[in-house]
Amino acid sequence: MARMGRLTGGVLALVVAAGVTAARALVRREGIRSGPAGTDPRPGRWQVVTVGGRPEEVLPGGRWPEPLRRLDGAVELSARPAPGGRGTELAARPLGGEPELPGIAAHLVGEEPGRFVRQVLREVKQLAETGEVLRADRSRLDRPGTAG
Amino acid sequence: MRALCWAGTDGLAVRQVPDPELRNAQDMIVRMRRSATCGADLPLLAGRIPDLAVGDVLGHEFVGEVVEVGPEVRRHRVDDRVVVGASIACGACWYCRQGNYGCCDNGTPAATGSTWGESAAGCYGHPTRSGGFAGSHAEYVRVPYADVGAFTVPEAVSDDRAVFAAEAAPTGWMGAELGEVAPGDVVAVWGAGAVGQLTAGAAVLRGAARVVIVDDDDQRLRMAARHAGAEPLNYRYVDVLAELRERSGGRGPDVCVEAVGMGADRRGRFGRRGDLGERPTALREAVQACRKGGTVVVLGTWTGGTDAVPLGAMLAKGLTVRSGRQHGQRWIPTLLDRMARDELRTEHLATHRLPLERAAHGYALFRDRADGCVRVVFSP
Repeated sequence: MARMGRLTGGVLALVVAAGVTAARALVRREGIRSGPAGTDPRPGRWQVVTVGGRPEEVLPGGRWPEPLRRLDGAVELSARPAPGGRGTELAARPLGGEPELPGIAAHLVGEEPGRFVRQVLREVKQLAETGEVLRADRSRLDRPGTAG
Repeated sequence: MRALCWAGTDGLAVRQVPDPELRNAQDMIVRMRRSATCGADLPLLAGRIPDLAVGDVLGHEFVGEVVEVGPEVRRHRVDDRVVVGASIACGACWYCRQGNYGCCDNGTPAATGSTWGESAAGCYGHPTRSGGFAGSHAEYVRVPYADVGAFTVPEAVSDDRAVFAAEAAPTGWMGAELGEVAPGDVVAVWGAGAVGQLTAGAAVLRGAARVVIVDDDDQRLRMAARHAGAEPLNYRYVDVLAELRERSGGRGPDVCVEAVGMGADRRGRFGRRGDLGERPTALREAVQACRKGGTVVVLGTWTGGTDAVPLGAMLAKGLTVRSGRQHGQRWIPTLLDRMARDELRTEHLATHRLPLERAAHGYALFRDRADGCVRVVFSP
């Protein structure tokens, strides 16, 4: 369940926390593996995208849009207006300090929670700005019978 | 359908591949009528780009006719003849709304990576980091964000002319625009390939008093003189810096445009996989030649890290350096209008026209600049 944060210093701070979290598991996973070059070793860093539209449009009624809803319970969310009328700075990070989230959320987040959260935020952005999530061409592996 | 596929380093083959399909509501499918080679394909062909896979379809400059539209496509209908911008951009994000389509936030699928830590516009016929969209050297092409990226070709404009509105012409136009070429300017362009010639032509159309084009290929230089009104300068025979200084009253050109590519040698040729040393010869010369307070524009693609750029000269002379992947959607409509009015002619750049079945041979000619090749244009 999501709950709306409050206005702080004229900035809408929308903090959404939800139920049990997979954070401890995520932190542990992230902490023990050495990621690819450029991977931030610090667990729990906010991943941020700037989305066209005001916060109330990006998160209408404070509800999480798809596909963020899949991460309900695994991440916390923050939204505030971007400077210069550029829309909304939408941030998410794995929740910390709670027991592992079983099942589908942990599976979805996988071994690189930061990358996964970034990907989900990009999908939210694409949906909000273009009305669709851009799909790749079907790969050759998905299409049996492809020559060479 | 038949398509030109990468077959490993320096290998190309026309093969049977699955037809493209609508994957998003804003997609459409275009039957290719003309598809052009581009210098940006050469490092792909040479195997220098690690995530290109055997079987990937090349090509990103094309004109064709619409055969299928997604339910959210509004501007195009079946049978429309369209040219498609090489950059795949959404038209809705902040960058696109500023006209910077090459910087689009949504031009690649969310799951694809990025080359320099930022997602940017996608591109046909490029590897996963550019979206992994199949290229245009094929009978049919999927066009994402069709209302944004495809433009109806005026009846007066031939396919052979329109195909260059996909990328070469907007890139050239961008070179002149980023340089803010103004009446009375002296402009120097390095590289007399299609983009260099079209940059020179754009500078002339913007009122430059003098446009000098630098290359070592006499045939290309003659072409640039004849079709773009540029003064040819063959660096094999003259001291380029001294010559440019002399032709600009001792000041140096107001605007210097690099249209060669820094992954290439001075003739635009690329090394093999693993040969990652960049050779910014043209950029160095442009920086050294440019007048104090002037502008250097970098158009060359596939640029990696590079050393020995005269940064001190940039600073001492107070140069402005601008660059970018082309924002074709910003300029294609006006370029098509100019083509229709016969102000902008490009078909001479298609020095070779071949059927798709002979595309591998076409790329050999293009890569080696054999037989006076500037660009090869394929038809299905």
